[in-house]
Amino acid sequence: MRILPCGDSMLLVEFEGGIDPLVNERVVALADRLHAQALRGVHDVAPGYCTLGVHFDPLRTDLGALEQAIEAGARSLASIDRPADRPVVNIPVCYGGAAGPDLASVAEMSGCAPLDVVRRHASRVYRVYMLGFVPGFAYMGRVDPSIAVPRHRVPRVRVPAGSVGIAGEQTGVYPIETPGGWQLIGRTRMPMFDPRHTPPSLLKPGDRVRFVPESSGG
Amino acid sequence: MTTGRLHIITPGLLTTVQDLGRRGHQALGVPVAGPMDRSSHRLANLLVANDPSAATLEVTLTGPDIMVEADTTMAVTGAEFDLTCDGRPVPVGAAFTVARGQRVRFGRRHRGARAYLAVGGGVLTPPVLGSRATHLLSGMGGLDGRALAAGDCLPVVAAGATDPPRYSIAQVLPVGGPARLRVMAGPQADWFDPDALRALAATGFRVSLRSNRMGYRLEGAPLDRVRDDELVSEPVGMGAIQVPAAGEPILLMADCQTAGGYPKIGYVISADLPLAGQLAPGDTIEFVWCTRQEAVAALIAREREFLRSSATGGVS
Repeated sequence: MRILPCGDSMLLVEFEGGIDPLVNERVVALADRLHAQALRGVHDVAPGYCTLGVHFDPLRTDLGALEQAIEAGARSLASIDRPADRPVVNIPVCYGGAAGPDLASVAEMSGCAPLDVVRRHASRVYRVYMLGFVPGFAYMGRVDPSIAVPRHRVPRVRVPAGSVGIAGEQTGVYPIETPGGWQLIGRTRMPMFDPRHTPPSLLKPGDRVRFVPESSGG
Repeated sequence: MTTGRLHIITPGLLTTVQDLGRRGHQALGVPVAGPMDRSSHRLANLLVANDPSAATLEVTLTGPDIMVEADTTMAVTGAEFDLTCDGRPVPVGAAFTVARGQRVRFGRRHRGARAYLAVGGGVLTPPVLGSRATHLLSGMGGLDGRALAAGDCLPVVAAGATDPPRYSIAQVLPVGGPARLRVMAGPQADWFDPDALRALAATGFRVSLRSNRMGYRLEGAPLDRVRDDELVSEPVGMGAIQVPAAGEPILLMADCQTAGGYPKIGYVISADLPLAGQLAPGDTIEFVWCTRQEAVAALIAREREFLRSSATGGVS
């Protein structure tokens, strides 16, 4: 584990291992632990895939104490050897058709039928590794390697809200309309983020997700 | 306390409601937003004796024409604009009284890119996730999550005109010539060629037209890497200098996303972010490497100026 400064108001805690559920479980556990400790001046603890961003006020936070808390936390979490059994969130998806304009090309690139893409996407339970890009956008993985098609080289200017996409081994749902480069295979009507709601986000790091096909897209 | 309204007659180029920022939700992908020049925003609130958490209007490049329904105290800080109240000149950097029905107009801009208009009692748009800061991409906060438009009415306190103490805190604005921004080595500084690290400090960069509240694209010498890997998405913050494959850096600003996958060569120090927030396309930057100790010392020195002014009740 390394702790790297990001300017004077942020630390990046970095674990080895890339996109790995066990590494991310430790990241999420460390985030929860630091959050619960409510260290003075620390206002945000944000998980990445194998990293953790700790945002603080350098005029209020004792940096040495913060680093010690991170190191102690990481030591105590090293014994975690499997992800926690969190409940699975089911997200209903209308696959293909106008809702999934890239389904056919993903199928072609994967050398299988569109129905196979749907089956392979919907048959897995995914882990939410982190959120970013826009509020409520959950980076989930890992996608079946046989359909893990890379993102478009040129992003779309407009991706409709609710679009379900694939980018390599990641999958995700666009909470709002934005530009985006992921391969769009379907759409959900389930709201991903509402700031008036508590909690505001449907998903958080560590959650488990399954996509459930609705009747075929038209 | 009754509320009144502040009318936007014309909005200016990009005017948004901002407070110190939306903190505590970055784990859910919620950006902090807030003022591009935090220092000037704080000073504006101080000048009208507002709570530090009060929201101001951030004005960009061209300013609004506004009117109030009740007597109020206002102050404008940051970029130096010609300011009038019913045609009579009023100074930037000091509180002034505006009577009901009077028009405050922003005229020509002389120095800096962004100004902050504070009204006594603050702008009272509904908070979202604990903050009034506007985040444009996600449409959160401020007035309906967007830039102000002609005809908008903002809720403000009808506190009446007050006589707040004066303050004299030097503002940091570009003085002509490159803006000097001090930088600490970033988490992927070792991904870059030693020549690139030298070039960051030895060559100037120009803020390109492709710049906004999310970040500034910088034109200058390409920064070559020694490592070619992809970086998986990781948390970032305002001030990060991220370098996409094409080599031209992006300086992340107030509305930046909470995470990204480009390597970060450095982070601009907090004490210099207000100056960065006063830059417009065409302005130039000179980066200077510095240590954490220097960064924190600069922040403490600035904070002392604020504390000293508050403690004495101001110096005219």
